Amino acid sequence: MSLTLLQGTLEQGLIYSLVALGLFLSFRILNIADLTVDGGFTLGCATGAVATLAGHPFLGLWLAVGAGTLAGLVTALLQTKLKVQPILAGIITMTALYSINLMIMGNRANLPLLKCDTIYTLLAPYLPAGYDKLIAIGCIVAVVVILLYVFLKSGTGLAVRATGDNPDLVRSSSINPSFTITIGLCLANAMVALSGAMLAQYQLFSDITNGTGMVVIGLASLIMGEAIIGRGSMQRCLLGTLIGSIIYRLIIAVAITSSLAASNLKLISAVIVAISISWPAIKEKIEFFKLKQTSKKQMP
Amino acid sequence: MLELQNINKTFNKGTPNAKQALNNLSIHLYPGDFVSIIGSNGAGKSTVFNAIGGSFLLDSGHILLEKKDITFLPEHKRAQQIGRLFQDPLRGTAPNMTIEENLALVYLRANKHRSIFGITNKERDFFRSKLAELNLGLEDRLKSKVGLLSGGQRQALTLLMATMVTPKLLLLDEHTAALDPATADKVLELTAKIVAAGNITTMMITHNIASALNLGNRTIMMNNGQIILDISGEKRKQITVPQLLELFKEKSQTVLDDDRILLA
Repeated sequence: MSLTLLQGTLEQGLIYSLVALGLFLSFRILNIADLTVDGGFTLGCATGAVATLAGHPFLGLWLAVGAGTLAGLVTALLQTKLKVQPILAGIITMTALYSINLMIMGNRANLPLLKCDTIYTLLAPYLPAGYDKLIAIGCIVAVVVILLYVFLKSGTGLAVRATGDNPDLVRSSSINPSFTITIGLCLANAMVALSGAMLAQYQLFSDITNGTGMVVIGLASLIMGEAIIGRGSMQRCLLGTLIGSIIYRLIIAVAITSSLAASNLKLISAVIVAISISWPAIKEKIEFFKLKQTSKKQMP
Repeated sequence: MLELQNINKTFNKGTPNAKQALNNLSIHLYPGDFVSIIGSNGAGKSTVFNAIGGSFLLDSGHILLEKKDITFLPEHKRAQQIGRLFQDPLRGTAPNMTIEENLALVYLRANKHRSIFGITNKERDFFRSKLAELNLGLEDRLKSKVGLLSGGQRQALTLLMATMVTPKLLLLDEHTAALDPATADKVLELTAKIVAAGNITTMMITHNIASALNLGNRTIMMNNGQIILDISGEKRKQITVPQLLELFKEKSQTVLDDDRILLA
């Protein structure tokens, strides 16, 4: 694998790590499988791209964050106020977002951003040539990670974390769990949409299918990170999520370079997720089989 | 302090499974009262607690805490004034968070405007001194995850969390029933100490008649969603466990007899 390809993989890994961080917040901390992510990611792509076309790439990032927050809010309200099951609430929002995303992109499935100023071209003159994108992306991700870390250690953050761990405790601490779920889902989807806006400007187009399978990809990154770094302190978890996301992109890069068609990408993703999630069960089966074999040999 | 006025609750109303869990129940608690509650399964003891805590709304009647009507206040808002402990020691703590994070979470109740940058050293010292009072060595394990503690340790921690910001009312729902006898005694001892130190108005459900008579200043007996006996003062001091059991049999029998008369 060439150095350029490796650098590109690192850049993409960092962009997508925001999705994995969003899922860390909703799936791991709140213990909710939030399917809003698929629509929310495209929402970020679309808002980011439209603003970039209008000549405001930085504003595009902020707009994406705002739009993602709103998407999270809708899912959260469906769940907490209208008592829709968490998974269904996400699916409803995701479905609605498909139409909204098309609307944002002016009823076009694909929006190219060729010859537009993006955050990367605008920042390039101030950064060392060759590494400008990597540094720009790295800085944004670093800021998000630090903010997320500070939030999770704050009072509200503690309550959000306790919500996934023991909702009874949150209630008895005189905090409404509906409130903490709402905060968590808004933040998670804001990060996901930010990632989408950064990707649209990075790949110079926004496509209605950009978000398809994003939940699965984010989960795969998250779980691989946990497998490597482990689930200890909050710092470890956040670091693991970043590393998992980069490794996921590496695997995809290797898969593509080894003469696999790009259209097989989602199949590979799904297989990776299925294996990484079911890994503990597979390991158990193998160990059981081994144990049975040795015990058979010991029989007189 | 706490006043329950003719509260009623029927579960599964209008179905063949309808069960009247609270039947026109009234009680008045004075500040500093420590009431132990006994009664057979299904007598409505926990239902009273759930009604006070706000797990469900009443069919009729009123609940007053310090003269304020809290009948329709949502659960989490009542929790500002009411501390609760359950039989299950896992219910009151978050297992994947550290001891200090658990404590900080409930400490929010008193201190809404705390530092946004996590737990301060001042708070940590305060937590450490509070944990030291438990005498379980937890003060040196602030950074341990609560899931690693034993049931007894977790229940003691929950007790501390429920009382760290002194509540107006403390509800203990068989909070030692899931612990081994030695640990249960220790947690009961801690309970008595903490309640006395804060002069907290407390209600405690127990199946242990001896501790029902030893702890507190008042004992209530429940049956079929009603209070059938309420003793305090001299009368309570002189009563023995066998006498109380006999009284329980007699009282609940009369209620049963009444039922038979009604049904006949």
